[in-house]
Amino acid sequence: MAEIELDGVSKVFDDGYEAVKDMDLEIRDGEFMILVGPSGCGKSTALRMIAGLEDITRGELRIGGQVVNDLAPKDRDVAMVFQNYALYPHMTVRENMGFSLQLAGVDKAEINRKVEEAARILDLSDHLDRKPANLSGGQRQRVAMGRAIVRDPKAFLLDEPLSNLDAKLRVQMRTELARLQSKLETTTVYVTHDQTEAMTLGDRVAVMRAGVLQQVGTPGELYDDPRNLFVAGFIGSPAMNFMPAEVSDGRVKLPIGEVALGEQDGGAVPSGRVVAGLRPEHFEDASLVGDELKRERGIEFEAEIDLVESLGSDLYAYFRIASEGIESEQLADLVNESIGETGAANLVEGEEQIVARLEPASKVRRRERARLWVDASRLHLFDPESGENLSRGGAGVGAAV
Amino acid sequence: MRRGTSEYALWSIGIVLVLVFALIPVLWLVSLSLKPPDAITDQRFIPAEVSFDNYKSLFEGGIGDSPFIKPLINSLGIALITTLVAITLASFTAYAIARLEFPGKRLILAGALAIAMFPPISTVGPLFDMWRSIGLYDTWPGLIIPYLTFSLPLAIYVLVAFFREIPWELEQAAQVDGATPFQAFRKVIVPLAAPGVFTAAILVFIFAWNDFLFAISLTSSDASRTVPAALAFFTGESSFTQPTGSISAAAVVVTVPIIVFVLVFQRRIVAGLTSGAVKG
Amino acid sequence: MEASAPAHPAPASSSPGRASERTRSERRLAWMLCAPAVVAMLAVTAYPIGYAIALSVQEVDLRFPDQGGFVGLDNYRAVLTSDLWWTDIFNTVFILVTTVAIELVLGMAIALVMHRAIFGRGAVRTAVLIPYGIITVVAAFAWQFAFAPETGFVNNLPLVSDEMDWFGGRFSSFAVIIMAEVWKTTPFMALLLLAGLVTIDGQLYEAAKVDGANAWQRFTRITLPLMKPAILVALLFRSLDAFRVFDTIFIMTRGAQDTESVSILGFNQLISRLNLGLGSAVSVLIFFCVFLIAFLFVKGLGARVEEGRPGG
Repeated sequence: MAEIELDGVSKVFDDGYEAVKDMDLEIRDGEFMILVGPSGCGKSTALRMIAGLEDITRGELRIGGQVVNDLAPKDRDVAMVFQNYALYPHMTVRENMGFSLQLAGVDKAEINRKVEEAARILDLSDHLDRKPANLSGGQRQRVAMGRAIVRDPKAFLLDEPLSNLDAKLRVQMRTELARLQSKLETTTVYVTHDQTEAMTLGDRVAVMRAGVLQQVGTPGELYDDPRNLFVAGFIGSPAMNFMPAEVSDGRVKLPIGEVALGEQDGGAVPSGRVVAGLRPEHFEDASLVGDELKRERGIEFEAEIDLVESLGSDLYAYFRIASEGIESEQLADLVNESIGETGAANLVEGEEQIVARLEPASKVRRRERARLWVDASRLHLFDPESGENLSRGGAGVGAAV
Repeated sequence: MRRGTSEYALWSIGIVLVLVFALIPVLWLVSLSLKPPDAITDQRFIPAEVSFDNYKSLFEGGIGDSPFIKPLINSLGIALITTLVAITLASFTAYAIARLEFPGKRLILAGALAIAMFPPISTVGPLFDMWRSIGLYDTWPGLIIPYLTFSLPLAIYVLVAFFREIPWELEQAAQVDGATPFQAFRKVIVPLAAPGVFTAAILVFIFAWNDFLFAISLTSSDASRTVPAALAFFTGESSFTQPTGSISAAAVVVTVPIIVFVLVFQRRIVAGLTSGAVKG
Repeated sequence: MEASAPAHPAPASSSPGRASERTRSERRLAWMLCAPAVVAMLAVTAYPIGYAIALSVQEVDLRFPDQGGFVGLDNYRAVLTSDLWWTDIFNTVFILVTTVAIELVLGMAIALVMHRAIFGRGAVRTAVLIPYGIITVVAAFAWQFAFAPETGFVNNLPLVSDEMDWFGGRFSSFAVIIMAEVWKTTPFMALLLLAGLVTIDGQLYEAAKVDGANAWQRFTRITLPLMKPAILVALLFRSLDAFRVFDTIFIMTRGAQDTESVSILGFNQLISRLNLGLGSAVSVLIFFCVFLIAFLFVKGLGARVEEGRPGG
């Protein structure tokens, strides 16, 4: 068990493509750290650099305090679980799991002991003498885990280990993984593109985009206090709604209404054109909100509902607001990544689509006008060019007009 | 990459070694062929002096007397005809095997495989006798027929592998789009099948071009003697010396086209040779 | 001219119910398409092998056409008791084992180069195909001229004795023959092995790296075991080919210095001495040997031939 430090680590490929740009990340001993981001963001490359499967172009990588840039994978004492498991097809489960120990010269009795112990933990004891081809997807995944556990390494590196499983199995394995990690207390670095996995599994989550680390923090921190537009829109499902807004004279003018700009804890005061972000869960059916709350903070507005999705525990209402559209690179990235997956904003000319999560008791209906309310104290304001969160360090905005 | 330069160096050495391995005999032949007749025994790898005498003597005497021209024509003609016929027959068979359902498919493929493993020497005796009785001895068909037999398995396997990859529904899609069956076949299937057919043709041609055993067993004169056989019977300056120079020149003449050929089509040939080794 | 379908089904057909008209016409078409090729293949193999067996049990010497007649197994007895036959079997097997062994190692090395080459793939492929495309006889001449006492350059090389008479002795002749054979057919072996190499998932090597395997261990514990089927098929086809060695020996020594192979023996009997009876017996015996090798590989070692290929 050891801590892993990336210090200014960069990876430039032979053709000049910079996959990871100057990454600083500290992973504590025993921590479950998630690297999350859209495909191509560099998370897998970063993981492979930690493993030693990719050379580090610049910067230092330290495992347990020791600089390991030039160490071969086998000398780093890390274990890796591959996306496609990479199980040796010609070896039995037992041989697969014992391979690394055999290479290290451990004696047979000891190998058997360790393999059997790992098999017990993973519920593979009945399958030890079978070959991978005869196992189910979930069993293969566990063998891949077993191969890593058996080595008792300084760290586990997992590259999208659940992405090849069907949805139900994935959820099941997620809990298993979490349980396993907390039991073994081994430092774990886990790569995924699924923000749900990231939020549920990690002690801390590192969001990456285009090779650059955007933000590192606990799931709660990322959710409540995103550093920029990308993180705000990437974390949380359905994704945060974005709309253009204008700040002047201490007031924020949104397409749906106006609010007073709240107190800012130092830093720049936002002004001029901004991007406003409001999460679906911060909307509510106005008729279900107490009058006091309405007065204290928030905006009440009317909208025509396009679509209603009723999930029993929640109600999702989709509606459109007028807007001149938003130009933002980070927003474009988010849209590309999650179109279809969540209710991400569709940038139709002159209109923005908004998703609101309402109480199931709400009576809003399709093609009807409804009165909705949004908690303005949860408003985020972002700089349209840099994407930076302008409203950090403070609750945001004050009472409605 | 820190490992970069030493890796590059190692692979470069490997590639150079492979190239040297492949080319030394060829270069040696070129060298020998360019040596003037009196320098043939100087044992040098690179000739001290370059002369084209050997090449001239090959073509001296025109078709009638030159020891080389007629065999060259024989080789070309026989190989081309064999290729054309073999590809046609193999295409029909491969089409049937790849597309149609019928009993005996496995048998034909297994049989083809068995024939490929067959020792040709075992058929030389009977063929010698049979051809002499029928009058096919020392004729073009006399060689073309056994060549067909032994190249068909190769052609069938390669073509079956290629044809299995063709999405035949395209033909129907074309017909729905308004093409007649013949148009569909010509415009959709033929272009897709062409690479496979071409590859198989190359392999058959090389096979027929290369044969020695049948050529020396079933021929006795320039009427149908092919180049490999002719080379074995080249005469030298006296009956005691080997005509090293002329053989080398002849060898170069028949090899250079092959090298050019291989250079241009290496991707296809490798695809054809390894296609049968991949399942389905 | 099919009669239209009768009202009642045909009695006791092998397939459940009657095969539909469509299936039957498909079958007919298929057989018609295959027929020419099948006939061509059988005509020169099935018939002649039968004829060869027939010839082998007679005394047929074309130099003495008046003598003749059924002699039972006399020809076989003559062959199997002759020293020459057994010497030739030894020669053939000796060449087979040495060439195939060398080709396996060299071919594997070349296959690895072709597989992992970062650049120059086209050059390597071409280089590898030149020996394949060259006429065997031409290659044999090239090697022969290189080692010939008067004209060859090999004797000029630093480590080689100037007076070495390569074709004057048995095993030195074998050396040259083997070198020429290996040169000619290693590329083909390399291609067969390459086909097997590409089927191995690259991530297995990464996993092995992380597990602690060095390059040699990755080769012996991952690559070789997973290549076993391809290796067996390659060995099978090359062995069958190697047993039939003819061209190279013919050109280099004509079989002198006790380097004769069984195919040359057959040729000498049939074509040079026109003794068709004896020669046919030799042919049939060769056929059995080849069959035996194939049998040993498929049944004994489990070579899976449907995944392999013929030719070469």
